[in-house]
Parts: sequence; C-alpha cells; structure tokens
Amino acid sequence: MASAAVKAVKTETIQSGAGAQFRWTLSNALIITRREVRDSFRDWRIIAPIVILTFLFPFLAQFVAGQFVSYVTGFGAELIGERTIPFLLMVVGFFPISISLVIALETFVGEKERRSLEPLLSTPLTNTELYIGKTLSAMIPPLLSSFGGMAVYMGSLIFGELAWRPQPMLVIQIVALTTVQALVMVTGAVVVSSQTTSTRAANLLASFIIIPMTLLIQGESAVMFLAPDAESPTGIGALWAIIVGMVVVVTLLLRVGNSIFNREELLGRTIDQLNLKGMARRIWRHVWTVETTGKPARSLMEWYRGGVFASLGRIKMAAWITVGVFVLALAAGFVLGQRPEWRLTLVATGSLSETATNLSQYTNISTQLGGFRFILWQNARVLLAATLLAMFSFGVAALVLTPAVYVVLGYLLSQVLLAGVNPAFMFAGVLTHGVVEIPVIVIATATALYLGAVVTKPPKGMTVGQAWMAALGDTIRIGIGVVLPGLVLAAAIEAYITPRVVLLTLGGG
Amino acid sequence: MLMIEVYELTKVFDDFLAVDRVSLSIPTGSVLALLGPNGAGKTTTVRMLTCILGPTSGTATVAGYDIIQQPERVRAQVGVLTEQHGLYERMKAVEYLDFFGRVYRLEAAERRRRALSLMERFGLSNALDKRLGEYSKGMKQKLALVRAMLHNPPVLLLDEPTSAMDPHSAKQVRDAIIELQRDERTFLITTHNLTEAQQLANTIAIIRNGRIIALGAFEELARQFVGEPLMELRTATPFNGLVKDVSDLVMVESSGDDWIRYRATDPYTTNPALLRRVAGLGIDVVTLAPVSQTLEDVYLQVVKEDEGEPTNGERSG
Repeated sequence: MASAAVKAVKTETIQSGAGAQFRWTLSNALIITRREVRDSFRDWRIIAPIVILTFLFPFLAQFVAGQFVSYVTGFGAELIGERTIPFLLMVVGFFPISISLVIALETFVGEKERRSLEPLLSTPLTNTELYIGKTLSAMIPPLLSSFGGMAVYMGSLIFGELAWRPQPMLVIQIVALTTVQALVMVTGAVVVSSQTTSTRAANLLASFIIIPMTLLIQGESAVMFLAPDAESPTGIGALWAIIVGMVVVVTLLLRVGNSIFNREELLGRTIDQLNLKGMARRIWRHVWTVETTGKPARSLMEWYRGGVFASLGRIKMAAWITVGVFVLALAAGFVLGQRPEWRLTLVATGSLSETATNLSQYTNISTQLGGFRFILWQNARVLLAATLLAMFSFGVAALVLTPAVYVVLGYLLSQVLLAGVNPAFMFAGVLTHGVVEIPVIVIATATALYLGAVVTKPPKGMTVGQAWMAALGDTIRIGIGVVLPGLVLAAAIEAYITPRVVLLTLGGG
Repeated sequence: MLMIEVYELTKVFDDFLAVDRVSLSIPTGSVLALLGPNGAGKTTTVRMLTCILGPTSGTATVAGYDIIQQPERVRAQVGVLTEQHGLYERMKAVEYLDFFGRVYRLEAAERRRRALSLMERFGLSNALDKRLGEYSKGMKQKLALVRAMLHNPPVLLLDEPTSAMDPHSAKQVRDAIIELQRDERTFLITTHNLTEAQQLANTIAIIRNGRIIALGAFEELARQFVGEPLMELRTATPFNGLVKDVSDLVMVESSGDDWIRYRATDPYTTNPALLRRVAGLGIDVVTLAPVSQTLEDVYLQVVKEDEGEPTNGERSG
C-alpha cells in the first residue's frame, strides 16, 4: 500500500539528454513565471506606471523631441537635434525597465517577508528553476512595456512630422542595451534580496544597483551625443563595448544569483543585522586554525604546514590564471611597443654611464632606507587596493590593476631592444628582486581573485556567506604568512642589492 | 516498512547548534508528534526532512529517498504544511491550487478533481472562487493543508496543523489525519497542542535544545517518566486509619477523607486484594478507577528532568 502511495507521486524530474533537461527546466520555470506575471498584472501599483510609460510617456518624448529639434535648428545646431532623438529613444526604453528592479525586489524579498516562499521551496522545483522563473517574471512585464514604449515612440517619429529615419543598427543597440540593463538590475536585485529579509532593507541596498546604473546611463548619453561614429551603419563602437561589458557583468551576476538563490541561503538568514563581532571571531579562528585538527596552531611551523599551505592549495587555479594574465600583459606591452606610433626615440648607441652615475647615488644606506620604505609601501598599497577592489568586482579588478606594470615592462623591453641596447641591465633591474617579488605578487593577486570570485561558485556544502568568510580568512592567512614577509624581503633586495647589480651590468659601481 | 528514517541529523548555524544528532524512525502509516518548546529545533528538523536546509552532519531518508542525494525526489513525496501558511493573497483558491498542481506535474483533470475533493472535505468548496486575501485565518490554514495534500503524497510533514482553527475545523483536520493514516499515509506533526498529539500520535518525540530527550509511545513515556498507573479508590463514607490498614498491599501516594491514591505495578493482583481488604474492614467502595495520565504530565516531567531539576519523588520506575 505504501509503495503504491509512493508511486502515486510523479518523480520523473530527471530527464535524459541535455535538450530534454533544458526543456524540462524551462517548462518548470515558466510555471513560476506565469503565476508571478499574472500576479504582477493584478497589482495596480505596477500596472499604472507600465501603462503610463508605454502609452503616454513616448508621446511626451516625441513632443519634446519635435520641439527640441525645431528649437536647436533655429540656432543652426541640427546635429544636437538629430542626436537627441535616439537619446530619447533610450530614455523611453529605460524608464519602464527601472520597474523591473521594484518587481524583482518584491518577487524575491517580498515573498520572503510574507513567508510565501517556504511552501514553494518545499516543492520538487530545483533552485535553478525557481531562479529562472522568478528572474523572467521580474523582467517580462517591464521589458514588454519598454519595447512597447520604444515602438510607440519610433512609430510616432517615423510616421509623424519629423519623418525620422533611424540607423537600424543604432536601434538594435538601444534595444540590446535596454535588455541587458534590465538583466543587470534583476540579477543585481536577486543578490541584494538574498542579503535581506525585508523589502525596506532591500530598497535601501538597491542603491548599489541604482547608482551605478544612473552613472552608466549618463555615460551612454554622453557617448550617443559625442561619438564620432554615431551615424555609422555598424553602430556606435563605444556602445558595443558597453553592451559586451554589461553581458560580462550579467554573466557574473547570474552565476552569483544562481549560487545565492538556494534554499539554505533564502531561509537560513533570519536577520538583517550585521554581527561584526561574530564575523571577526570566525575569520580570526579560520586564520589561526590548523585544518587537519580544527584547533589553533601551537607553533609557527604547524600554522604554516596546516594553515597557510592549505590556503595556498585553494588558490592554485587562481594562481595559474594570474600567471597567464601576467604573461599576456607582458606580451601585450611588448607588441604595443613594436607599433611605430608607440615607439620612443631612445639614443641607440649612447652610453648608459650617465644613468650609472645617477644610480650610484642610490647605493648609500640613508637613501636606501627611504627607498626600502617607499617600495614596500608602494607594493603593499597596490596589492591592498587590488584586493579591496576585487571584492566588489568578482575578482576582475585584481586582474586589471596588478598586471598593468607588466604591460609597462613589456613595452620598455621592446623599446630597449629596438634601440639596440643590451637588455641585461633591465633584467638585472627586474629579476634581482623579482625572483621574490613576482611570485609574491602572483600569490597576492591570485588570492584577491579567489576572494572576489568565490561568491560566483562557493565550494560544495558552503553558503555564499560562509565561502566568502572562509576566503577572507585564507586571504588574511596568506597575507600574513606569505605576502607581507615576501614584500619586505623583495623591498629589501630592491633597495639594497638591485641598484648594485644594475650598476655592475652598466659597468659602474 | 519505515517511511522516514533519521540518523544522527545535526544542523549548526554558524555557532548555534540547532539540531543535535537527532535519530528517529517512523513506520509507514503512523504518526509521530514532535513536541518541544519554541526554538527547540522542530522546524529546523522538518526543514531538513524537506531538503530546504542541508544537514551539517547525519543522514535521513524519506519514502526511501536520501535527503542529501535526492532532494527533488524527496520533495515530490512530501506534503508540507509550513509554520506560516504563506498563501498568495491576490490569487483565488482555485488558481492557487491549480498553480501548485502544475508544480507537482499533475494532469489538468487530476488537478481539478483533487482540488475540488479536498476543498469539499475541509468545507471550503464554497470559497473556491474567493481571493485568498478574503479568507479567514482558519480558512487559510485549511487551504494550506489542502495544498500540502494536493499531490497525494505518502508523507506529510505538518507544522502546527490546527493552530488558528475553530474547534469544528480542528476536528475536521484531525479526522482527515486519522483517515489518511488508515490509508497508509505517514505523518510527522509538530504541535504545542498536547491533547491533539496524544490523540493522533503513535509515537511521541520531545525535542529540547536540539536534542531528542524522550521518544516512544505515549504509554511507554508515561510509565518511564510519570510512573506506574495511578489508581484512585473512593469510599461511601469517611474512614480512619485505612492508609495504615492497606500499607502492606499498596503504597499510598495521597489520601483524603474518603479516598486514597496509589501506584499499581500489577493492578490485576493488587486491586482485587485491596478490594477484599477494604470489604473485610466493612467499608463500602464507590469506585476504583485509574487516574488518567496526560501527555502534558509526561511532557512537563520530561522537560523538568532535562532541566536538571530533581526527579519526581513520586515516580516509581
């Protein structure tokens, strides 16, 4: 009897084949989407702005466009008028999608607040199905309104007095921008929602989405007015770059969202309050714990063996990526230096004795101490800035900031070689301390990358919060155990030994 | 056959141990009532069995599926009534049930048939087209129960199933549980209503600070924690010295002018002997009956013992 009852419930959630699996996931997600969209359309607070922004605002924009064009034409500034029309198209498209943020916050955190999420979480739907379903439901009504509004605006301009003939590619760009912007806002809202339990707190945190989006819109507006290729049939290059950048951001946010949108995260968090003391205690414990025993290290050796090396093991993949990026940066600098427009006019045959003389003043102890301090501070703050920025950029900033110096090195090397100068002095100037400094920078950058990227794919069995705290613990461990001593040693070599080695290669000293 | 098997299930939230090595087994077609004070770990246990929260350690199977390896399959076999009913207030009941029917992949005709039959069973058939925002608290609770039963699951995890219900509705729900139990459905109920738990449950589990501190059938727990059955003898007239006269037969726990109470380890031997003695003393007996023990007595005693207070001195066993 019991087994018959068990069989009464359908359990064939596992579909064979990737295509069938995808269709199954999508069809389950659409069950959620249909309900949510229908629910949204029952709320007059959502319907009213959508109707206004779809059917009334475009006519207002069209009227403004007409008036503005006539006005600026009177002063011989037709160009401004022409550029205003597509700009207003973007505005008409953007206003409705701003509602997607409200719907997304309501859909995710609103449900959490009303406790209607738990019954849904108790169903066989997977986290991904729930996530896709809710994301689509937050996007569809505002996007329909946005596309509708843009169609109304364009229709009124094309068939109206102005008889506007837009560049088709520019229209495609604006539609693409609108779509990815809606995606960014919705995926960002999921991340925000997961960190809060009340709509009020979510609305406050939403400024982390609204402010960057506002800045982006201003940037896009400037591009549309100032771009030299505004009339190009292939569209505005800078806008394509923005679209690609946004797609990258969306991809990362989708990954974070999919990690965060799990049952544990959604129901595990019960308060909005930050327990800084508790967090600090946990991180501190992670820093000093020997992983095999789970107890604080009793000696420095045990800490290195059971703590620091375990952390280094976790950043292995990030370290390989960092090395790859550094090599690419060096190569890019070198290739750039080969281009005629980037070449420096170095004295190819001149002696470097003057350089040697200048350098010799840096070999006395008092200037070396200042040099040591400066180098240590310089390296430490760059790495610290990279780590801090990596936290807010999924690790990307670490791979942008630190490799810059390798672009410069590659470029300088190419110039030295082009000038026919023996590059030995350059190798001496870089590698003497670089033997220590480069691995330390690689490790520090990789750690920052790991810290930023861990939220996009937390280790199995960990929530995003737990994974991030553990990664922060790893970062502090590696910082104290490897990076800081490494930077001190590298700065000492660079201040006290490197100048002498360079002098030797230059024939001075 | 065991429908739910829980072994050493543990859940730690950061530094807080919410559930501590809980082990349970619930046979098919039986009801387990999980009792305990607020914050004891009842809801967390249920959430782990629904695969909403992952255990920190330990394992469990529900309807033969592993909660860690097969969460979607577990959830398909389980109907859950959550602590908060969590209804979508802008929807009508018929739409709401249709939505959950779709989620559980029921055919359209089956969805409608199940929804109508359950709504009728709980006296809600007149409210099918009403928006849920217009439902009373009790109606909402009943609809949430209908939602949990909609896909005809073999296992039902019910958190406070009759809270907020009027006595009639609560009886409807209890009757439904008894009926479904006969139909081999398995229940895990968390409740603060001890009378209801005593009435419905085959097994009682008391959880405190995340630990199961008592587990067994009511009679077993009563014997273990409250003692042997308590008997009361009432006489027609007041008596003097009776306690002394029967002290070799029973250990009297308390007495009044015309009554005594004693523990009967073996009532079949003790009671006839006592009656003979009392008759021999020329005292007329009005009644000899067991004093009913309630789950409340058991629960309070269990909690008291767990708190480390002195054990009940009256307890014999």
